[in-house]
This record gives sequence, structure tokens and C-alpha cells, in this order.
Amino acid sequence: MRRVLLAALAAALLVPAGALAASCPQTSVGDLEDEVQCLECGVPLQLATESPQANRQRALIGRLVDSCRSEDEIKDRLVAEFGPRVLTTPEDEGFDLVAWLVPALGLLAGAFGIGLTARRWRRGGRRRAGSGDAEQPAADGSRLDADLERYDL
Amino acid sequence: MVGLLALFSLLVYGLAAGGAERRAGESSQLGEGSSAPALALPLLAGAGRGSLADYRGKVVVLNFWASWCEPCRDESPLLQRWHARISPSGGTVVGVNVLDVSSDASAFAARYGLRYPQLRDGNGETLKDFEVAGQPWTFVIGRDGRIAAVRRGPVDEAFMRTEVLPLTQRPS
Repeated sequence: MRRVLLAALAAALLVPAGALAASCPQTSVGDLEDEVQCLECGVPLQLATESPQANRQRALIGRLVDSCRSEDEIKDRLVAEFGPRVLTTPEDEGFDLVAWLVPALGLLAGAFGIGLTARRWRRGGRRRAGSGDAEQPAADGSRLDADLERYDL
Repeated sequence: MVGLLALFSLLVYGLAAGGAERRAGESSQLGEGSSAPALALPLLAGAGRGSLADYRGKVVVLNFWASWCEPCRDESPLLQRWHARISPSGGTVVGVNVLDVSSDASAFAARYGLRYPQLRDGNGETLKDFEVAGQPWTFVIGRDGRIAAVRRGPVDEAFMRTEVLPLTQRPS
């Protein structure tokens, strides 16, 4: 019984260690290259192939990846080193949140405007068609009467 | 209507930001005779901040550098030598480490034995103020706080002898 308990305890201890080993490294330099800006060249790292500054940033990211840091932890470290401009995408807080919200609101407003215009246009078309149906028979009738009079035998 | 206003605001912001970028890229207006812009940054090593105002009344050789910049490696020993030379007569070299990993910068300073004051500008915010377009870039600032000389690229003995030495020999 004691042996079984010890084995179960050992297994319980081994499973999290194995899971931890499997999750390290948590990300890669390649995963972050499009999200990190080379400040010296003004383009994302993936496009800055020759820049020495970009290479230093890559080396730093590589060291952090090797020490099993997550993507968010690495981004935090980069922001601490280089400021928020180092990220190509704005963060989701403060002023940066506005950079996400304004285009989204613009798109929503645009879609709403298009919808409204289409609805008005359709209503106007129906109204014109409706009023046309009422007047048409009267006009046709008078033209028919005139034709009949002209060809009255 | 709100959407249109939001789009318009975004457009105005984009144009203004683009204009600011263009201004930064335009040719330098900050030359000899201009007052040096204010500069206050964290120290590269340890806590605390340093600023140009701390050196008022001194001749300052303000050197923008990065550990990844090859010409900076060549000029660093020369800057250290000149710092030792001009210190007794009221001169100093001040380094501004820009766009660099702090541990790389500290290792660089240790490797080349740089003992002059070092400030750190990780995101390069001072580069716009000083219209610096690359590294190394050096300003010689007189005791009156005005820029006496600018070197775009590494400094050499001749530059230090002709642009820095006479300033330190003038009485304060």
C-alpha cells in the first residue's frame, strides 16, 4: 500500500514537470518578428534583415525565449527597454486603445450609413413605383380613347 | 455623423503625425550657434537621472552612441582619453546611449573602460530634439550652452583638437 502511494506521489510530481518542459520554449523569435519594430529602421523586425539594431533586438528576444519567457513577458521587457513604440500593434489600454477603437467605430459608422442610404433609396423607389401604377391606367385610357376616335369607322 | 467625425479626426491625426515624421527627416536646423535643446534622461548605470543642465558652465562633448554601432567602437577609446584630458579644465564628455539593449550598452561601456557620464535613451526620444539621424553623432556645447560644433560620424583627434580644445582653454 505504501509503495503504491509513493508511486502515485512520484507520478503526480513528474506530470507537472513534464508539462512544464513541454511548454518551454513558449514562443520563438519568428513568432514575434512581425510584432516588434526595428526603431532604427522604422519597419518590423522581419523586414529589417540587415540592421545591426534589429539584430540586437533579435538576440535579446532569443535570450528571453531561451529562458522560457512567454510572448507577453518578452513584449513587456522590450517595452521597458525601448518604450511602447517598439511594438507594431498598439496595446489594448490607454491612448493605444483609441487607436483600435477609432477605426472600428469608423467602420461601424460607415456600415450604418450605407445601410441607411440603401433603405432610403429602396423606399423612394417603391414610392415612385406606387404612384406610377395609379396614374398609368388613366393616361393609357385617355390615349386609347383618342386612338379609337381617330380610327373610328 | 459620429462616424464621419471619428474618421475625420483620424485623418487629421494621421496627417499631423506624418507631418511630424517628415519634419524630423528634414535637413538639420540645429547647428553651430543654436542653443542646445534640454535633455534629461535616466543614467545608464544605476538609478537616477542626469541632464545637460547638470553641466552648465562646462564644455560638453555630447556623444550619441549605441553598442551595435561599429564606428562607435572606434571612437570610444578616443572619447575616454579626451574626457580625462579636458576634465581638469572644466570639460566633460557625456554619452547618450540610444536604441540599445541596456545590458549590451553597459557591457560596451565596461569593455572600453568608459568612465564619463552615460545617459540612456532606449526609445530614441531625444534624437528628434537634437536632429540626430545616425550614430555616432557628436555635439560640442560651449560653456554658454550653445552648440559650437557638430560631427555627424565618428570624431577623431583633429576634430577634438580644433573644436574642443580651444573651448576648454577659454576662461569660464
